[in-house]
Order: sequence, then C-alpha cells, then structure tokens
Amino acid sequence: MNKVPEKVLTKDFDVEHLYKIGVYMKKGGYKTLTKVLKKLKPEDVLKEVKAAHLRGRGGAGFPAGVKWGFVPKDVDKPKYLCVNADEGEPGTFKDRYIMSHNPHMLLEGIVITCFCVGIHTAFIYIRGEYENIAQRLELAISEAEDKGFIGKNILKTGFDLNVFVHRGAGAYICGEETALLESLEGKRGNPRLKPPFPASIGLFQSPTVINNVETLSNIPHIMEKGAEWFVKQGIPKDGGTRIFGVSGKVKKPGIYELPVGTSLKELIYTHAGGMKSGKKLKAVIPGGMSSPILKPDEIDIPMDCESLAKADSMLGSGAVIVLDEDVPIIDVLRKITQFYSHESCGQCTPCRIGNSWINKIVTRIYKGKGKKGDLDNIEKLASNMLGRTLCPLGDAAAMPILAVVKKFRKELKAEIKG
Amino acid sequence: MSPEVTKSTQKKIKEIIARYPKKQAAILPVIHLIQREKGFISDEEEKLVAELLGIKPVKVREVVTFYSMLSQKPLGKYHIQVCSNLTCSIMGAERLIDYLSKKLGIKPGETSDDGKFTLTTVECLGACEQAPNMMVNTDYYGHLDKEKIDKILKELDE
Ligand SMILES: Cc1cc2nc3c(=O)[nH]c(=O)nc-3n(C[C@H](O)[C@H](O)[C@H](O)COP(=O)(O)O)c2cc1C
Ligand code: SF4
Ligand code: FES
Repeated sequence: MNKVPEKVLTKDFDVEHLYKIGVYMKKGGYKTLTKVLKKLKPEDVLKEVKAAHLRGRGGAGFPAGVKWGFVPKDVDKPKYLCVNADEGEPGTFKDRYIMSHNPHMLLEGIVITCFCVGIHTAFIYIRGEYENIAQRLELAISEAEDKGFIGKNILKTGFDLNVFVHRGAGAYICGEETALLESLEGKRGNPRLKPPFPASIGLFQSPTVINNVETLSNIPHIMEKGAEWFVKQGIPKDGGTRIFGVSGKVKKPGIYELPVGTSLKELIYTHAGGMKSGKKLKAVIPGGMSSPILKPDEIDIPMDCESLAKADSMLGSGAVIVLDEDVPIIDVLRKITQFYSHESCGQCTPCRIGNSWINKIVTRIYKGKGKKGDLDNIEKLASNMLGRTLCPLGDAAAMPILAVVKKFRKELKAEIKG
Repeated sequence: MSPEVTKSTQKKIKEIIARYPKKQAAILPVIHLIQREKGFISDEEEKLVAELLGIKPVKVREVVTFYSMLSQKPLGKYHIQVCSNLTCSIMGAERLIDYLSKKLGIKPGETSDDGKFTLTTVECLGACEQAPNMMVNTDYYGHLDKEKIDKILKELDE
C-alpha cells in the first residue's frame, strides 16, 4: 500500500483540552452539523452514509447506512438511538480514547444521525467502570446544550434532541445490542430473540438504532468530506479507517488509526514496534477475544471485514492481542473459557452448560490433571453451541475455542500427560 | 442503616427518572447513586429503590444480583479490582493478584477485617494497552508491578 495513512478520528487527539467545546469548535467542530441541519435533508444524509460503506465498528461489521434504512419512517411512536459504549470485548479500548479525548466528535455524530433517522432521544450506554469518562460526556453534553447543538430547536432549525448518558454496571453481555436494550429498560441483561429486530421493535417497543461509538464518530467526517473521500480511505465495500487497539507482547501497545485493509503484519511490526524483548511471535487474536486466533503464517492479511472472515476469523472490534513464545497456549484457552463461562447470561442451555463444562475441563488440563479425550470433548461441547443459541455469544465463545484447539492441538496434547 | 437518602440525592433521582418514558429504566442510575451514598444495596435500599420506581422489590433484586458492580454486602473503603483477563494475565496480573492477596491478607472476593480493603478479580477493564491494570474505587491504575502497588497502597494508607 503506497498511500500515506491519513488520520481522521484521532487526528486532533494531541490538541490540548480538545474535550472542551471551545477547542473542538476552533478545530472546525460542529461546522458540519450546522451545514447538515441548515442545508440538507435527512435523505441526503442517508444516501451519503450508505455510499460511504461505513461498517459497524462494534463487532458485527454491519453497514450503518443500511441499518438506518431499516427504521420505519411513518410510525407514531418515538424512535431512539442507543450508542453502544459498553466496550467489554476483551482487548478493546478504542472507544475509551474517543470519548475521553474527543467527546464532541461523538456528540456531533449522534446529532447528525438522529437528524437523519428522525430521532429525538439518544442514550449513550457506557460501561459502568468508565465513570470518569461518563462524567466527561455529561459535561460535553451540557456544553453542547449551552451552544444550542443539543436540546430544543437545535440551531433554530426546529429539530429537537435530548442526549443522556446511561451507565451500565458490569456485565459483558450488555454490549450485545438486545441485552443492552433490556438493561436500559431496567432489567437483567438477557438478550432478546430476533426477529423482531431493534430497528422495528427496540427500546420501549419502539424503533431503535444501535451503533458503536467509533461508528458514529465517523459520521461528521463523512458528511464533511463526502462518501467518495471516505471510501478512498479504506477499501471499496469497507470505507474509512479503523482505530486498532494493539495490546500484549509488542514494544508499543496502544491505539493506531489506519486505513481499513492495512496488513496485520504491518500493524504489529511497523506501527506497534514489533515484538517486545526480541521474542518470537506465537499467535495473534485479531479482533477481540471472540475472534479466532491466527498463527504467525496467517498474519499477512488485510484488516478488513471480508478478508478476516475468509480466514475464518473476524475483524470484530479491531482489538489485536499479540502473544509471544513465552505464553503457554493453555493459559490463553483458560482465559477465554474463564471469560465466557463467567459472562454467559444463562438463558440457553448449550451456552450455559457448554461454557461452564469447557472451562472445567480446561482448568483441569491447566492443573496438570487432563484426561485422554478432553480435547475431543471440548470440541464436542463447543460445536454444540454453534448456531444453537439465542444470541451471538454462543458462537463468539465456540469459535475462538475451536480455533485454539485446532491450531495448537499438539501443544495442548502435551499438557495432558495421563 | 436507614434507607433515607440526602436531599441532593433525592433531587438527582427525580431528574433521572424524568429522562425515561418508564420509571423502571432509571434503576441502574438510581442504584448507582444510592450505592455510592450507602456503600451497598441491602434489603432496605432494595425496598427504597422499588418504592421510588414503583416496582416490586424482587425486580430490584433481580437487577442487583445480575450486575457485577452492584453489591448486596458492604465493600471495603477501598475496592481494589484487578483485571484477570487475557492481556493483563500475560503481562503478569496473576502474580500481582497473589501479591496483593498476601499483602492485604485477603483472598479475591474478601474484605479485610478492618473494612478497609475489598479485593476482587474482574474481566477486561478496557485499558489493555497499559496492562496489567487495576481499579481502586473509580480510578484506573495501569502498568502495574509490585513497586507500583506498594506505592499506591502506601498513598491510600496516608
Ligand atoms: C456478546 C456480545 C458483546 C458485544 N459487546 C459490544 C460492545 O461492548 N460494544 C459494541 O459496540 N458492540 C458490542 N457488540 C455488538 C453489538 O451487538 C452490535 O452489533 C453493535 O453495537 C452495533 O453497532 P455497530 O453496527 O455500529 O457496530 C457485542 C455483541 C455481542 C454478541
Ligand atoms: S447465547 Fe449465552 S449469553 Fe446469549 S442468550 Fe444464550 S445463554 Fe445468554
Ligand atoms: S485485559 Fe486487562 S484491561 Fe483488558
């Protein structure tokens, strides 16, 4: 790739006090909102966002414009936007950077989105642990209200929008969109059966759009510079940049905003500084814990939704976890199974029983008490979850487990002495 | 402990409830406020929340027991939550959990006798680039090692 990577979302992150509205506006902030509200119609925005091929940054990679298009136009119920700021996928920390460095960029995206879909109430569902960031968001909202960008009769155009911050309380499953809705309604975060999809029956039984923080933060840029420009930042059916979060055994862990389609190898070796302490690479988890693991000979791969799917993995949240030769694979498997058995909401038997059994077997192997047939049993239990559960957590657990067992069978077998 | 809450909390609760078309939706923000003031959600607080929102106490209990940040029993003055997920673990978290455990004389899930510390292990805190991580009450601490933990605990003691 010869183009010089242009930063879009993180461009101004090192500007001092960017989180304050005055500084954001000096950098051109809220100009796009003004243009959109005063000069464009909702359908113009929808057309542009569709043409931008902006795919969801939360995990599933669904095109945002297409999702908005599913919301029925003429209903007499209120419609809602839920901003997914739950950021619970292990390895993921990019939304934290966006919200703490540039909360107004997210807010500007939220207002434009609500204008486009005809929404007058938005909730930002943020994970409970991000309490300090929730406060920053609330401050940003009140600044925007004072300037007339949020609230009643925004910029005197007659458009009304309220934005509220809603803190979660520690439950990974609430990042799943229908669990998020249940949680926002004041219940346990048990996912709902789909269909109906939230676009028609969502929050409080009303049409609802759910989008990730990074997804919505792209909207002002798309509306400022146009869909064509946006697509050029990435690849034809997957536009823009991604904020990749790299963690683990690299020299420079952190966030790296790069064009969609940047090679994983380049991300690790050029941007994140390569392996820490000169160790050998063992494996990479490319898109958060739910994404199946890749071996070193598989990392010469473009980081876009399709390419990762073709490699039987997932771009997910763009969270890259790098493992070196010192990390025993049984540790990785144990952490994965510990996580999913802890986070299963328990509604479906294959997920509840499957994850807890797999975790028991894996823990046994870890303690040196593995038995012959354990690996086969793990595979059986995991396969039994695939496609048999109410929400995608079942698959999200089964796929990475199956990949680790398949790709590192020899090492795992050596752990089982009996 | 009396279930009364301060005037300013009452006012805040009213404001929060008004944001939602259904009162029950205010449950997490209201519980957060009450837990901050009272430290935990006992039967009494549970009843209070139920009354405020016009729902049955059992609905409140269902919620309190579902979310890991909500507590039915008192927590220490300092709630230390150490991440034990993948990135933090490969960067040394498990040794640090043992270290903290020895130093505080409590196992994960326990509170010290003087009520000063609660130690918990938690899943990914969303700060993996600075692993290993922990939280003390609402603050994050990253790039942890034994020396840094010693320093943090010493500062809390002062
Ligand atoms: C178990 C589970 C957890 C999820 N956690 C998150 C999360 O923390 N943040 C997020 O944005 N999306 C998360 N998702 C994806 C959401 O369900 C949903 O696809 C996303 O919020 C849609 O927004 P997007 O299209 O802008 O990505 C999760 C999905 C599952 C199945
Ligand atoms: S798949 Fe697991 S997490 Fe999802 S609804 Fe079923 S039990 Fe709950
Ligand atoms: S794994 Fe510890 S913060 Fe993410």
